Order: sequence, then C-alpha cells, then structure tokens
Amino acid sequence: MFSGAASTIATKVDSAFLFILVICVLMLLLITFLMVFFVIKYRRDKNPIPTNIEGNFLLEVVWTVVPTILVIAMFYYGWIGYREMETIPEDAMPVKVTAQMWSWSFEYENGTRSDELVVPINQPVKLELFSRDVLHSLFVPAFRIKKDVVPGIRTTLWFTGDEEGTYDLLCTEYCGLRHSDMLSRVVVMSQDAFASWMAGKTAHEAAEPAGRQLLESQGCLGCHSLDGSRIVGPTLKGIFGRKGRVLTDGAERDVVADEDYLRRSIVKPNADVVVGYPPIMPSQEGILSDEQIDAIIEYLKTLQ
Amino acid sequence: MNDMTAAAHGSHPSGLSYLEEPGRYGGIRSWLLTTDHKRIALLYLTSVLTFYAVGIALGVLMRLELLTPGETIVKPQTYNAIFTLHGVIMIFLFVIPGVPAIFGNFFLPLLIGAKDVAFPRINLFSWYLYIAGAFFAVTSLFTGGGPPDTGWTFYAPYSIRTGTNVSLAVFAAFVLGFSSILTGLNFVTTIHRLRAPGMTWTRMPLFVWATYATAWVQVLATPIIGITLLLVILERFFGVGIFDPEKGGDPILFQHLFWIYSHPAVYIMILPGMGVITEIIPVFARRTIFGYKAIAYSSVAIAALGSLVWGHHMFVSGQSYTANVIFSFITFLVAIPSAIKVFNWVATLYKGSILIAPPFLFALSFIFLFSIGGLTGLMQGALSVNVHIHDTYFVVGHFHYVMFGGTAYAFFAGLHYWYPKMFGRMYSQRTATLACTIMFIGFNMLYFTMLVLGLQGMPRRYYDYLPQFHTGHVIATVGSWILVSGLIVMFANLLIALRKGERAAADPWGGKTLEWQVPSPPPHENFEEIPVIDRGAYDYD
Ligand SMILES: [Cu+2]
Ligand SMILES: [Cu+2]
Repeated sequence: MFSGAASTIATKVDSAFLFILVICVLMLLLITFLMVFFVIKYRRDKNPIPTNIEGNFLLEVVWTVVPTILVIAMFYYGWIGYREMETIPEDAMPVKVTAQMWSWSFEYENGTRSDELVVPINQPVKLELFSRDVLHSLFVPAFRIKKDVVPGIRTTLWFTGDEEGTYDLLCTEYCGLRHSDMLSRVVVMSQDAFASWMAGKTAHEAAEPAGRQLLESQGCLGCHSLDGSRIVGPTLKGIFGRKGRVLTDGAERDVVADEDYLRRSIVKPNADVVVGYPPIMPSQEGILSDEQIDAIIEYLKTLQ
Repeated sequence: MNDMTAAAHGSHPSGLSYLEEPGRYGGIRSWLLTTDHKRIALLYLTSVLTFYAVGIALGVLMRLELLTPGETIVKPQTYNAIFTLHGVIMIFLFVIPGVPAIFGNFFLPLLIGAKDVAFPRINLFSWYLYIAGAFFAVTSLFTGGGPPDTGWTFYAPYSIRTGTNVSLAVFAAFVLGFSSILTGLNFVTTIHRLRAPGMTWTRMPLFVWATYATAWVQVLATPIIGITLLLVILERFFGVGIFDPEKGGDPILFQHLFWIYSHPAVYIMILPGMGVITEIIPVFARRTIFGYKAIAYSSVAIAALGSLVWGHHMFVSGQSYTANVIFSFITFLVAIPSAIKVFNWVATLYKGSILIAPPFLFALSFIFLFSIGGLTGLMQGALSVNVHIHDTYFVVGHFHYVMFGGTAYAFFAGLHYWYPKMFGRMYSQRTATLACTIMFIGFNMLYFTMLVLGLQGMPRRYYDYLPQFHTGHVIATVGSWILVSGLIVMFANLLIALRKGERAAADPWGGKTLEWQVPSPPPHENFEEIPVIDRGAYDYD
C-alpha cells in the first residue's frame, strides 16, 4: 500500500488488497468504458430509432455468477490473512497496553513501563489491551494492525516487526477532546539494542521517586504537564501551595492547594474544579491506595 | 377533496394545478395544513434542503480547519461538535428522508395512478415529526452542556459520560425515527392498496419497487435504533448500567444495536436513489429497461441481505472471530445484487437512442461514483484489509462515495428529471451541465484523496494530523471548494428557473410512466379519471 510495510503480516494484507484492487479497477474500467461507448455510439442524432431489448437471461446469469465467484475469492483472500492475525504465536513476548484519555502506556513482563512501545526485531509481540475510561483503538499503519481497546474487556493483538525503525502508533476510535493527540511510537530495534534499552530503562525507573512513577503509570501526565505548560488540566509545576479559584457546587471560591485540597482533588476531582478547566478528570478512588496518594503528594511538593 | 372540487379542477390543462389550488385553507395554512402528497413533498423539499445547506456549510468548515495541521480556524472542542453535527444533520435530516420523503411523496401516487397516499393526514404528521426532530437537534446546540461531541454514532461509553448535550440530540434522532417509520408504513399501504386497475406488481415502475423495499426496512429496522437511543437516555439520566462497563454495562452491545439499524439504514438511503436512476435511464435512452425483474428483485435482495451484515462495522471491536468471518462473507454476498443493478443500467444504454441532458448526466455520474463506493466497500469487506483501513479516511471517502456520490447524486438527478413536472418550468440545461461538470471534478478531488489518505493511515475524526498527511489534506480542502462552487451553481440555476424558467410541457423528456401523462404541474387530484393499465411501465414500442 502507500505507507511502508514493516511487519510480517503487512505484506499479506497488502497482497490481499492488491488482488481486490486489480479486480475492482478492471470492473470500474469495464463499466465506465461501456457506459461512455454506448452514449457516444447511440447518441440520438446518430441512432434515432432505438431497439427495445427486454433482457437476456444468459447475460443475467453470467453477471450474477461471475461476480459471485470473484467476491468469494476476495472473501477467502481476506480471511486467510485475518486468520493469521488472530492466531497468536506461543513464543510471543507479552506487553500490557493501557489506554486512557489521551495517552498510551506500555508495561513489560518485568514491570518496566514506557510511553513508547520498544520491541526487538523479528520477535513476535503480543499486546494485551486495557482501557481506563472509554473506547480507544490501537493502530500501527506500518504494521497493518488495529484493535479496539474496550473498557471492561481484554482484547489482544500481535505482530512481528521485521524492519528496524520508528513507526507511528495512533488512536483510531474517537475518544474525546484530544483524540488526535493520542499518539505514540513503536521502535523496532536489534535484539542487543533492545536488551540494553531495557536494562537502562529498568535502572532509571528504580531511581525515580515513587510519586513520579505513579504519575506516569496512571497516565496523569497526559493531561497535567510538569513544565508549566497547559494541556487539558492545570500544570503540576508549582502546584503545592498555589492559590487559585475553583468552582464548588456551582459557586466560585478561592483556595490554596494544600495537602487536604490535593488529596480531595485526586479522590473527588469534580468537587472543586479549577475555573477555566473542564470537569472531566476521572476519580482515582479505589484505584490508588492512601500510601500511593501520599507518595504523589510528596512528589508534588518537590515540583517548585 | 370532495368530488365537486375534483370535477372543477381535475386534470384538464386549463384547470388549476396543485400549486394554485386554494383548498380548504388560504395563505400559509394552505401549505402547513395540507394533506396533498405533492404539497407535503414540497414542505419536505424546502426543509430538507435548508438542513442540507447547513450540513454543507459545516463540512466546508471542517475541511477548512484541516487545511493546516494544528489550529486553523477553530478549537478542538468546536471541531468535534462540527463533525458530530455534520454527521447527524446529513444522515438524519438529509440522506434518510431526502429521496423517499420528497420524490416518494410526490411521485409514488402519480406513478401508480393514485390520487394520494393511503393516509394523507399521517403523511402531514410525519412532516411535523421531522420538523420537531430537527427542532430538538438544533436546540441541543444551544442548551445544556453545549453541542454534542460524540460523532453521529454516539458510541458508548463516551456518549454516556460526556458532559455535552447528548441526551437531547439522541432524543431528536428518536423523534426523526418515528417520522421515518410512519412514512414507510404509509408507502407500504399505498403500494398494496392504491395501485390503479391493471397495475400488477411487474407493471409497477421500478422506483416504486425500490421505495417498497425501502419502506419495509424503515418499518422493521427503525424501532431498534429508537429503543437503543432511549436506553442511552435512560443510562444518562438514571445511571442504569446498560452500556457503560463502569456500571456493569457492555459497550459492544451498543455497537450491535446501533448497527443493526444503521447498516440497513444505508439501504434506506441508497435504494430509493437507485430507483430514481432506474426511472431516468430508460427515458433518456428511449427504450425499455433491460432486465426489469432482475432490478426489481435485486432491490428486495439488497433489503433482505443488507439486514444481516451489520457486524462488518465491528471487525476490530473485539467481536468474536467466527462472527467476523460470517459477517464478512454475507457482506460480500450483498455486493452481488448491487452489481446486477449496475450491469442492467449499462445494458439499458445498448442500442438506445440517447438524449444527453442534465438528469442523464447526473445519472451517469451516479453510476460511476456509486461504483467506486461499492468497490471500495468490497475492499473493506475483506477481513485482513479491513483491519488496516477501519476508522481511517478510507472509510470516510468510501461512505461519501456511497452517500454523496450515490444518494445525493441520485437526488440531484431526480431533481433535474422531475423539476419541470413539479414546478411546471424548465431550468437552463447548459448551466445544469456546467454545474454537473464542476461538481464531478471537485467531488473526486475531495473524496478520492480521502481514500488515499486512509491507506496511508490517516485516522478519521482527527482535529490535528501528522506532517506526512498534509499534502492530501490540502488537495481535499481545495476539492471541497470546487465541489461547493458546483453545488451553488446548480441550486442557483434551479432557484432562478422557479420564476424565470420557460413553461414546461407535460412530458418534456418523452417519459412513458404515468406522471408524464398529467399536466405540469399536476392538478390537485392528479388524475381526472383513474387510468387503467394494460402494459408495462417502460413500454417504448
Ligand atoms: Cu483514544
Ligand atoms: Cu454497513
């Protein structure tokens, strides 16, 4: 097709597409040619007396049977490729994918997390998809793979990257305000490079404060920046002790972001909504333990 | 409606046409309280075209926003509302009612030799339901949490959770559904009960066959979307867990219920259009239709098979493997009756005596564009290919080829074909031909580019996009400008002709069906005497 193919399945999808495309183009050319040809040949000034033909049984049979055979061939071609897509190899490396408005997070078997999907070349990878909120869909055009991420249901997907490089990963199920920013990348690298990336990532993660790890893994950073920039929610830079106006039960009031306020805003985000921001943050009640919330608040204090 | 008025204003050429007939009420009430199927058709024509203009404007805005990556003219929330409204307005207020409510109402009784539809008052009531639905849809923009931002598909759980005014918009679609059901019911009854003596089923014009098949789908499938939309409202207001997994619901269930209606709805949208094309082609080829029975039965086959393919919208939704394989297979089968129609249309041109005029040019454009729509549908029916192009611009391009290149083009063809009959005047045929040419160029520039963008991996419903898609978006946006210029020329030409057009004869194109046997515009009661039918609809010998 038009974007480069970089997975084992991609070439099969492309050949099925090409097969159908060739038949379709021939059909379209045939229909258009006949249409134009008849219109020119039987124009009223050239052919003033029409010939009435009510139909032709043989022709009707031909143009029923031939398309039937063609579409069954197309169906079969599409099916065999799909069968392979849905048959996950035993030795596939599992990666847990968590989608939420509007970010992706990838978790490897050893617990290491990343916001980009890094995989070794020629290694089947199995993605287990989870959603924290609404429907999303994971799409990697270069791999010709896509699967919806459905809250409450586990869906799976697999691929083998067969060319080193970096490929776009997009969300293709509409998920609200920043749907078109819900992007990530897949990096396919050599086995060696992958091993050292993984070692580095794991070591780096261990060194990070617990609160920071939680912000990343819970996807908070998809909406709240750490550098003062405005995304969807207020930035976390300098949040502790900040003064601001919030909307409480429809009335505006001034607050100072102390520990109590921060805790309430994590557990019941829509109790106080900062003026000028939409009330869309999901509650973290039951998702984060008290200790984890403490860790986050400790980390927020350091972001001055 | 009594015999005296019929005798006074019957179909005598010097009598009053339905446009002049005063009826029981005068002034504006003679329109708003009319039960004449022709006047109701014009009520629909004005209201449907008004909303069509709004839908076009929203489409142009959307294309303008996508001219450059990042923000061009609007913010993302506005963009999301715009594509939702564009979809809702185009589907529910233009494409679904377009051909059946306007041409079905006007010409169905004429084509079967009847004085009106079976239930004239219900017919008027359907129009009021349409207006009520449209009113709710418009109100949803300015009340509650702002215009809905879910896309016209209202997928759960986003539609359950968003703070925007989804409930009212959904209710609007619910009311519009009833309008559609009542129209369908009216048409089924009319076709069964009011055919002129001698008009057997196989002597019916093929537009009537298409309307008949459509009417059944309207009656049988629309209640499902009605119930589904009510469930959404129930869940939003009372927190009943039906679709939102957080409350124990199932989001895939929503998709099933939605598409069980919305795929057959695609045939509600396209079948009447196919019927229009089937009327036009033999008239301009001045010969009988090729394969009458094949075309008639393929309408029924499309309506029947089309009710069993909804799952092809859900190949990547997590639906089971077996279900996907079955849905893919039936989807391919439904392509066959559509192909049969196309072949029969082309064969009707063979050895005809062809008059090249605007209705015919729109019909030829229809065949070409609809063929692309159908063939790109085959690509999506193939499972492995579908996985790649699902929810990308390929789908957007595909359904615009079907809905716009198909239904809307059939609507334009019908409008140019029946215009002299409806209004008794003829438009400038040169200007109409020019408009058709401009639109054809703009159309393909806009929507073919979308097919290519989709193959490259451009997802739909994106406010912003990656740099590799920029060229495609620029071409598509420029195409939208050309297309709209063509549309403006076309509608302006028709509007001007309302006052300035030459008086049209009773049968300007040389048609053989019954509507051409009465004066233009037709008298209030259509026929002075109900005709007796003793031959097929396309008898050119
Ligand atoms: Cu998403
Ligand atoms: Cu469908």
